[in-house]
Amino acid sequence: MLFCGAMNCWIVSKKRISKNLKTSQHRDTEGAQRTQRKTKASHFFVCLAFLLFFSVSQCLCGELSGFKYSLEVFLEKRARFRSAWLPYLLLLPQLLVTVLFFFWPAVQALYQSVLLQDAFGMSTQFVWFDNFKSLFADETYLAAFKTTAVFSSLVAVLGLSLSLLLAVFADRVVRGSSIYKTMLIWPYAVSPVVVGVLWMFLLNPTLGIVAHGLRHFGIEWNNLLNGRHALILIVLAAIWKQISYNFLFFLAGLQSIPKSLIEAAAIDGAGPWKRFFTIVFPLLTPTTFFLLVVNIVYAFFDTFAIVEATTQGGPGKDTEILVFKVFNDGFKGGDLGSAAAQSVILMSIVIVLTVLQFKYIEKKVQY
Amino acid sequence: MKLQTKLAWASAAVLMSLAGSAHAVTEISWWHSMTGALGDRVTGLAEQFNKSQNEYKVTAVYKGSYDEALAAGIAAFRAGNAPHILQVFEVGTATMMYAKGAVKPVSEVMKVAGEKFDTSGYVAAVAGYYTSPKGEMLSFPFNSSTTVFYYNKDMFAKAGMDANKAPATWQEVVAAAARLKASGEKCAYTTGWQTWVHLESFSAWHNVEFASKGNGFGGLDARLTFNSPLHVRHIENLENWAKQGYFTYAGRKNEPEAKFYSGECGMLTSSSSAYGNVAKNAKFKFAVAPLPYYSDVKGAPQNTIIGGASLWSMNGKKTEEYKGVAKFYKFLSQPEVQAKWHQETGYLPITNAAYEMTKKSGFYEKTPGPGVAVQQMIVKTTDKSRGIRLGSFVQIRTIMDEELESVWSGKKSAKAALDNAVLRGNELLDRFEKANK
Amino acid sequence: MIERRPFLGMFSHFILILGVSLVAFPIYVAFVAATQTAEQSALAPMSLIPGDQLWINLQAVLGTGTSGNVASSPVGRMMWVSLVSALMIAIGKISISMLSAFALVYFRFPGRTLFFWMIFVTLMLPVEVRISPTYKVVSDLSMLNSYAGLTVPLIASATATFLFRQFFLTVPDELAEAARIDGAGPLRFFKDILWPLSRTNVIALFVIMFIYGWNQYLWPLLVSTEQNMYPIGVGIKRMIAGGDAAVEWNMVMATLLLAMLPPGLVVVIMQKWFVKGLVDSEK
Repeated sequence: MLFCGAMNCWIVSKKRISKNLKTSQHRDTEGAQRTQRKTKASHFFVCLAFLLFFSVSQCLCGELSGFKYSLEVFLEKRARFRSAWLPYLLLLPQLLVTVLFFFWPAVQALYQSVLLQDAFGMSTQFVWFDNFKSLFADETYLAAFKTTAVFSSLVAVLGLSLSLLLAVFADRVVRGSSIYKTMLIWPYAVSPVVVGVLWMFLLNPTLGIVAHGLRHFGIEWNNLLNGRHALILIVLAAIWKQISYNFLFFLAGLQSIPKSLIEAAAIDGAGPWKRFFTIVFPLLTPTTFFLLVVNIVYAFFDTFAIVEATTQGGPGKDTEILVFKVFNDGFKGGDLGSAAAQSVILMSIVIVLTVLQFKYIEKKVQY
Repeated sequence: MKLQTKLAWASAAVLMSLAGSAHAVTEISWWHSMTGALGDRVTGLAEQFNKSQNEYKVTAVYKGSYDEALAAGIAAFRAGNAPHILQVFEVGTATMMYAKGAVKPVSEVMKVAGEKFDTSGYVAAVAGYYTSPKGEMLSFPFNSSTTVFYYNKDMFAKAGMDANKAPATWQEVVAAAARLKASGEKCAYTTGWQTWVHLESFSAWHNVEFASKGNGFGGLDARLTFNSPLHVRHIENLENWAKQGYFTYAGRKNEPEAKFYSGECGMLTSSSSAYGNVAKNAKFKFAVAPLPYYSDVKGAPQNTIIGGASLWSMNGKKTEEYKGVAKFYKFLSQPEVQAKWHQETGYLPITNAAYEMTKKSGFYEKTPGPGVAVQQMIVKTTDKSRGIRLGSFVQIRTIMDEELESVWSGKKSAKAALDNAVLRGNELLDRFEKANK
Repeated sequence: MIERRPFLGMFSHFILILGVSLVAFPIYVAFVAATQTAEQSALAPMSLIPGDQLWINLQAVLGTGTSGNVASSPVGRMMWVSLVSALMIAIGKISISMLSAFALVYFRFPGRTLFFWMIFVTLMLPVEVRISPTYKVVSDLSMLNSYAGLTVPLIASATATFLFRQFFLTVPDELAEAARIDGAGPLRFFKDILWPLSRTNVIALFVIMFIYGWNQYLWPLLVSTEQNMYPIGVGIKRMIAGGDAAVEWNMVMATLLLAMLPPGLVVVIMQKWFVKGLVDSEK
């Protein structure tokens, strides 16, 4: 009840939808201010983190002094618990596992980026930044950047919009809704290793059923020789799996929007589109932001298996995304130095992207 | 009371004697990458060995595809618990060989185990790939195949050609392709494993170098030479055939085999190990023939290059364990075991004795296919046709695949593509040389 | 429904059916392949009408591995390993992530942002690059070939922490204030207020994490040194890996269907709790 009440107030203050709601006026302005302060504090925290990891963030740091004041005000207002030891204890399990099984191996793996080793590690030479230099001199590596950018944007944008569309309609429908939901979530249960193979099976120019169908429509589908077809293939396979994931979270988000809000708006005369854009979508922004970040990370890092199963980066180099090159060179080729150097570069790109998302897009998120 | 205690003592005595006679069995771990029916046969081999004696127990563990198993083996080695036997694909040979101190050559394993080891009984072209220039066998050949030519006899007959005469030269292949197209077939010729068939095996078959220094056997400073006029001529031919519709590109690995056994394409060059698959699925009469060649090249046909994998042993194990490994290799070399493996899987027999045994049993009359592959290998090799020993070869293959694909899709000319492939490949060889000094 | 808009209603159904068919079509194809013989499934193109071999294929796959020869790792055992690992991973991940997110959002302490980004950065390095050193760590800790080795290194999840962080930030501060005024400690607040509110998210995450744990392939391949500790993901890949051997598509698809059953069940069961959880939170 309290939760619903707070949400109601917020919306009222923003959109003036209904005077019929039971609201307490004094809460609105506080809510709005709190949101503003929260985002400003996020800026500060982001800046701090960036400083700690890379000394690249001069521009961000410039904003530090301006936000100090607002930060103090913010921290006082937010309801927090006080304890000297409890937070550390709560964080301990996750941090322990992370340090042991991620940081320690990761540091070793990244250290290899400045080494030149044979596959077994029997002979090691320290080569400073030679690995990085040879990467940037390689024109195929630079071409992979463009391919990755195109691929990731397509996967993130198409994946999110399609699943949002489906989730919204699934939420609306009363009859058969659980069947739809089950059918739409199930693809996620397919192992990523198999997703690529399944789509290969469908779109294989020789064996594939869909390829055959396309030929009936006059489209000579050949992902082996046509770079654009190959790109469509991997985008399709990548999205197919993510649709279920996104759908699940959008649905969770949609279903946690109190029906009373929507009813109130309807009573007020707002049509379904208006309701969507003024109530539903803004309330979905935390989920959308979460999914945006996750989808981009997914497109950058987890799609390796799909490319491997379907096009192996071909034809030529048309579908070689950065993470595929890392895997190919490191895991398959045994050149751990180059793979580590590529990972450092890839990591930096994604960290920058994520920080940018936190900085600019979280601004628009409504908590 | 008395009878019961007597019985108790008796059973105790029996148990103790049993315990006394049972001694510790030395465990040997064997990591492999064989899937499906092949995987079952591998497990079968291990069990057969275990049943034949009671000192050693070989446990076969599937460790993923060839590159996954190699990565697992390397990771295990770095962590200090490598397997005793690791199956590594042929393109990983240089990686294994040049890792100083990580690998124990087969000849050394045999020496440590005190077993006699006569390499003359092994088929030269098969074992030669895995032997050092000094004649030391580095790894044990296990599953080797080579490149052969398949053709659809029914389709040939329909096009008015003699179904029993296989095209022997590339010139004849083109003529056949033209006839097939004229008779209305969609696809005349396709190929699997394009780099293996048309660049690597092609070089050995014509007794020309694929890379300098005897294709890398002579040292780490070998560099690629597959952009020679002969190679360019061949790829240009393929490029023209693609444009004329005679040659249809269908994938880098063994995917194109489906186009053949489904009856779509009339001719196929691919691995001899595809035989089983083709025989099972083809609903038409087909035959296997040697790989085509250019009759105007002196020294052709020589021999083709093997593909597949071999078994490697790692350093750092106890002598007792090496004894077990040696005994297992001896077991695998027995003619009966080899002959059965060869006949059931289509892989090449590694010993001359196994080949003779199979010939005598009339196997090749009943199923002529597998015999063709062997014919291409039972010859003396030259230093240009023994095999390929180059580092970073997995990546070099990928480079060759990419450049060839740009030729088939019309983006590059044959010469430009091969030149670029050689350039990029040599960069990788430079790196490998530096890393393994 | 709030108002009657028949056209929009029909349109919704239409879009949903279209979506479902696009999404479910590959699975239907897999199902059809599982019901055919090996030759039928290798046809180009494969027929879309189900065959009659389903039961035979399932039996073969469950008992004796493919080709009816020597038993490779029977699918039954692999599914058990997958089940245990998946449950351990899902429950482990959710518990430690919830606690971490709670600490990060509701407490003020030095190093807070550092810890958040430390956790978050684990998403940024693909596992294949760090797999060799991670294997060494696990080996040094003598965790090879055990459920611990299979699951613990995978338990640190940034996604779960991130999601809970997002969610906790949407919970109004008044609730925490009220708890504090009432004299309830942070743990009480967590147990009585935060946990019930988080139910839908926990359920969604459980489904995702369970499936993630269920489908593991590369890590178990390295960590398990005996075939009876392999999960189902390895079993499936093993049948597809191609190379020289022929792929028996019908067997592969039959195994795939089996492998999809438990996660599918999880999804269906969780759906019920999903709805129940929402109904409760509406109060």
